Amino acid sequence: MPDKHLSSQFDAELNQISTNVMEIGGLVESQIRQAIYALSNFSVEVADDVLVTENRVNALEVEIDREIASVISRRQPTARDLRLLVAMSKTTANLERVGDEAAKIARMVKSIIDGVAPRALPSSDLRVCGELASGLLRKALDSFARLDVQTAVAILREDDLIDQEFDGFVRKLITYMMEDPRTISASLDLLFIAKAIERIGDHSKNIAEFIIYIVKGEDVRHTPLADIEAAMNINN
Amino acid sequence: MNQTTQLKNAIEVKNLNFFYGKFQGLKNVSMNIAERKVTAFIGPSGCGKSTLLRTLNRMYSLYPGQRAEGEINLYGQNILDKSQDLNLLRARVGMVFQKPTPFPMTIYDNIAFGVRLYETLSESEMDERVEWALSKAALWTEVKDKLGQNGLSLSGGQQQRLCIARSVAVKPSVLLLDEPTSALDPISTGKVEELVNELKSDYTIAIVTHNMQQAARVSDFTAYMYLGELVEFGETEQIFFKPAKTATEDYITGRFG
Repeated sequence: MPDKHLSSQFDAELNQISTNVMEIGGLVESQIRQAIYALSNFSVEVADDVLVTENRVNALEVEIDREIASVISRRQPTARDLRLLVAMSKTTANLERVGDEAAKIARMVKSIIDGVAPRALPSSDLRVCGELASGLLRKALDSFARLDVQTAVAILREDDLIDQEFDGFVRKLITYMMEDPRTISASLDLLFIAKAIERIGDHSKNIAEFIIYIVKGEDVRHTPLADIEAAMNINN
Repeated sequence: MNQTTQLKNAIEVKNLNFFYGKFQGLKNVSMNIAERKVTAFIGPSGCGKSTLLRTLNRMYSLYPGQRAEGEINLYGQNILDKSQDLNLLRARVGMVFQKPTPFPMTIYDNIAFGVRLYETLSESEMDERVEWALSKAALWTEVKDKLGQNGLSLSGGQQQRLCIARSVAVKPSVLLLDEPTSALDPISTGKVEELVNELKSDYTIAIVTHNMQQAARVSDFTAYMYLGELVEFGETEQIFFKPAKTATEDYITGRFG
């Protein structure tokens, strides 16, 4: 398929929006990494950095949606152009939510640092889980840029891993809390952080679903993974 | 999709080939036009969409050297048969052209003229028919006080609706619209599109349009044609959201070049 429209201006507009989506993706990805770093190193400064970046993310989200509405109103896009624009808008919303989750982690980290609760809790488990989630988001952004369906399907599979990690972590926290009720307050903070990381995995999964929507024109949300895998193999 | 299979076909085109002398304008086209639905034909200039429309009421028979091979079954009857009465066919399959073509006579007679060719009506019956046809074409309220005026005195958009009323007046079963709004302003275009939507409850409509968004707005089914071939034919929503063929997608997304 020729990649270029008759209207080079249309191409330029779509490219500009894609660039902005990638930029917001890069920003929230760095937010996650900073949040995890702040957690591992109990750094108030880095936690603050995460919160500062949030403003930039929010502004970019508004800008992207304005651009998308503008293209829809002037170009009446169809088929994969339309699917791309719809998916970019939804992807942006998901990325902004990832930024919110990262900010949530940063605020929790500050609350843990301020608190007097024991630090002998399994926060290193969270670091592993957080790296898993940020890696998954990176993969989602890469495959969004390349419209790579195979990787998108792999992401759906990997999100299940994060969900399993989360369940395991919750069980571990429960054990800590039962053994020593003094850890309850800090454990709850960690639980919220774990939940935020788990949500980041879900957002990456959503983005992967939008990639399939763009390329295949299939809405695979709320579809069992096995069915998606089967359908993608048939279509390839 | 289930809906599609339950539809009744007004027209079934089978292996249709069309020749302008030695040039082949249509290549082995087969498709069904569903009853009381709007079927749109899109494609670049010269792709055969108007040619196909003109075979459906044998408008081409007016020109020597043009011929069609294959079958076009209108409710089961092959209209390409030599025995086909062309006047009766054109009463059953009406046509409206790109440029409004009112007759140089009164608004009333523009409608009554065609009716008189096929039916003998009393004066009051004819009055009723004229009002009915003009109402169907959403023109009655605008012209009811000036039926004696020349049809050419109307605006372009009104003239086009007058032509649609003229086609409707003889109670056809199929209406063919060949770029009916390309000479009209956006408001008149909107009125004609609204009219198409209303008329489809009584008539089968086939429309050729260069305006893809118009096809997307008014039609139930869309056919994409290129170089005399039917490239893709399907439900309009599917064609514009997820066409099966790359060639179709390139055309509707503006990548055609």
